[in-house]
Amino acid sequence: MSHGLVKRLLSCLCTALLVASCAKQNKQAFYNTGIIYCSESNPVTFNPQLDTSSTTSDASSHQLYDRLLDFDPESGRIVPSLASSWLVSDDGLTYAFQLRKDVWFHTTHYFTPTRNFNADDVIFSIDRWRLRSHPYHYVSGGRYPYFESIGLAQNIASVERINGYRVEITLKRRDSSFLANLATDFAVVLSEEYANQLAQLGTPSKIDELPVGTGPFKFDSYRKDHFIKYLRHNNYWRDQMIEARTNGEVLIPDNALDSANQDFEKERGRGSTAEYHDEDSPVVEQLIFDITPRSSLRLAKLMTGECDATAFPAQTELEVIRTKEDLTLAEKPGLNIGFWAFNTQRPPFDNPDIRRALAAAIDKNTLLEAVYFDSATRAKTLLPAASWAFQNDADDTAYNPVLARKLLANAGVEQGFSMTIWAMPVERSYNPNATKMAELIQRYLRDVGVEATIVSYDWATFRRHLQEGLHDSVLIGWSADNGDPDNFYRPLLSCGAIPSGTNRAMWCSEDYDKLLNDALQTDDIEERTAIYRQVNRLLYERLPLVPIAHAYRYQAYRNELEGMNINPFGGVRFGGVKKAL
Amino acid sequence: MIQILVRYCTLFVLTLLVLAIMSFSLAYLFPGDTLENLTGLVPQNEMQRAALEQQFKLDQPYIFQFFYYAGNLLIGDWGYSFTSGLPLREEVGIAMPATIELATYAMLMALFVGIPLGYYAGIRSYSTSDHLINTASITTYSFPVFWFALLLILIFSLQLDAAPLSGRISLLYNIEPISGFILIDILLSDIENKTLAFKDALSHLALPTFSIGAIATASMIRITRRSVIDVKHRPYIAAAISRGLSSWQIFFRHILRNALLPILPLMAIQITTLITNAMIVETLFSWPGIGNWLIQAIYQRDYPALRIGMMAVSTVVITLTILVDLFNRMIDPSREKYERATV
Repeated sequence: MSHGLVKRLLSCLCTALLVASCAKQNKQAFYNTGIIYCSESNPVTFNPQLDTSSTTSDASSHQLYDRLLDFDPESGRIVPSLASSWLVSDDGLTYAFQLRKDVWFHTTHYFTPTRNFNADDVIFSIDRWRLRSHPYHYVSGGRYPYFESIGLAQNIASVERINGYRVEITLKRRDSSFLANLATDFAVVLSEEYANQLAQLGTPSKIDELPVGTGPFKFDSYRKDHFIKYLRHNNYWRDQMIEARTNGEVLIPDNALDSANQDFEKERGRGSTAEYHDEDSPVVEQLIFDITPRSSLRLAKLMTGECDATAFPAQTELEVIRTKEDLTLAEKPGLNIGFWAFNTQRPPFDNPDIRRALAAAIDKNTLLEAVYFDSATRAKTLLPAASWAFQNDADDTAYNPVLARKLLANAGVEQGFSMTIWAMPVERSYNPNATKMAELIQRYLRDVGVEATIVSYDWATFRRHLQEGLHDSVLIGWSADNGDPDNFYRPLLSCGAIPSGTNRAMWCSEDYDKLLNDALQTDDIEERTAIYRQVNRLLYERLPLVPIAHAYRYQAYRNELEGMNINPFGGVRFGGVKKAL
Repeated sequence: MIQILVRYCTLFVLTLLVLAIMSFSLAYLFPGDTLENLTGLVPQNEMQRAALEQQFKLDQPYIFQFFYYAGNLLIGDWGYSFTSGLPLREEVGIAMPATIELATYAMLMALFVGIPLGYYAGIRSYSTSDHLINTASITTYSFPVFWFALLLILIFSLQLDAAPLSGRISLLYNIEPISGFILIDILLSDIENKTLAFKDALSHLALPTFSIGAIATASMIRITRRSVIDVKHRPYIAAAISRGLSSWQIFFRHILRNALLPILPLMAIQITTLITNAMIVETLFSWPGIGNWLIQAIYQRDYPALRIGMMAVSTVVITLTILVDLFNRMIDPSREKYERATV
């Protein structure tokens, strides 16, 4: 073989290798331009105003839309979003929002915006659920469950346009949880221009099927039981803002904007904006929701890399995810509470001493281990740590059977006294196995001389009987929609919540309701926190229910994903998430 | 020849008619109210009920209802799915080719692997290599297809991470369905990463094709081997040997074609098994085919979908069976000319 031939062969080999490695890199690069999320079910609609299920808000809220305000996922405080700043009048009734300029709606195959976001869009979005006379109110059914449940529409007197980028909302009564409600997943901003266009075409209901928003991704296509495809929104305002900052420009000389920007970067977990132009991480062009109802299949797809992230891993699969090196399991205490409520309208449970005695008879830590497999934190009060009003040093009941027996004897309860524990028949994150918990409590109560029977019906009957107050005590819980403490305290124990069926203790206390109302009269967070401390104290003394656990929220994803964060306040969000090489 | 064609045509039409009657009567045999089964709507009052009945021709005698139904089937108006609200024709049009594609590749695998191996085993009958091939094929043939597919998933997807376990192609690719066959559609499409997409689709095809194909291959080996052994013992082979022909000449002149003839009608039976297996395997691999689609329809009590799905699957099976049989008849002169057509 001649020398030349060897040389030529060698060079050929080198080129081939190079091409091969290039091809590999190309392949990687292509797969890094899209994120696939295995979601658990079909969304009901693409407008979260119309539905409170987490599947709907996961598929729409943070992907397609923005809200006027957002929750900071770390601190739970309210931060600017489409509203760059806001002012609250001294009487707490008028809220003026300064809107961001240069925010564009999606350009899709069914809609091309001719103007950017302004006050009209905000007014349209709020009036749609607020006013029955609004032409869009009854489109897609006319039910707005979240806003109905908190009675927000009745409390808003007017929503007015001051100028193109300024909106003023006037309330009838003071409500310091108002801003928090505007930051929930459900208070999204729709495009008024798109709505007008659809109304002219005579197809108004398309607004909820072919959505247009300002969010980081725009809608591309949806096939039921198969997938939802989203494309990147090229003119996304947060991206533009970061770009402008790296180029040393200042878009709008506004302090509020600046702070929003900082918050945003913190949220993305990114130290400096310079990284944004990192050549290594390609821009995510596509976001795909692969609809996979079976939890085991979601896990399998995550393991093979067919999904980059999955929704709701089952309790039993958590160990598997933890042992895999290429998977990350993020966990955070969720906004929920599992508790044991006594029917305070039935003797002898109307006596706080008896309730305290029963609370002292059970060991919460054992319940946490046995029922939640330690995927929950012990609850002292109704509020989980993710809420800003969380009180770390709150009083807590302790396991003390001796005290329990003494209290029962003093209250005149005989040995062998019998009661019922109702265990909810469904699995919820705040209580994955109520029957098992009831059995454990049954044992503890036997130790102090109380005979408990466990009662369970199918879910619909169970809830109806609970509302009728047929129970002695019940194991149930609550998941909140936002971080505002009022979202826990009011529905669970206020007098007004007895008829609507969320007050499982059937407990009504004027002192308690007064404290809650006082807390809404002020916007000062310190002041409100102080009031909720009093509320906690009151609850500890009267003990209408025993708080047991705040369950964690889990999210499993592959290590390649950068910037994934669990959002304790509502749905998953993919804005700012990247896939590394 | 024309007579044969006419016979087959009448057989085809009559079978379809029976099927249509069966699928038509399903709506009345399903539990619950016939109107609700057909429309998915619960009439709020008598007036609404009457209007709906009129719209769906339920107020007329059964025979008219049937002609209305059959007419709609023929013109392609197959109704709408309760759950997705899409026209059923569109849904079947997407799902059916996916199943046929899977079955086709499995069939190709059975033909190109099964027949040569079967010939080899038949020629070398009762030797060690024959025993090996025979053992392997009996073992594979005895596997339940769903179990075999799960085993493949466990080993190749979850342990070795060598192949994906669900779908036809990564959802990142945007392939317009033109022919319904994913590989052809990729070639026809104008996406940037064609080679990449093609590889991706192949890797998605590998496991489901192999799990159906392996079992079809096993039975193909057994059929071929048997046929070759039969032919080998015919007198004309003995005559050829006595004339001093070499074993290669005997194989190519006498065994190859004669052994192939009895295989063809058996292949027609294979088609049914193949499509059934494809429908089972689909659900395991989340392959968006007709089997998966029917299962979803059963879960959600989507009666119109079930009716049309049953009709579509059986039509495909019957068409293929009759075509293979007809083909067989044309290339095999030894068969009785006036033998009646059968399904």
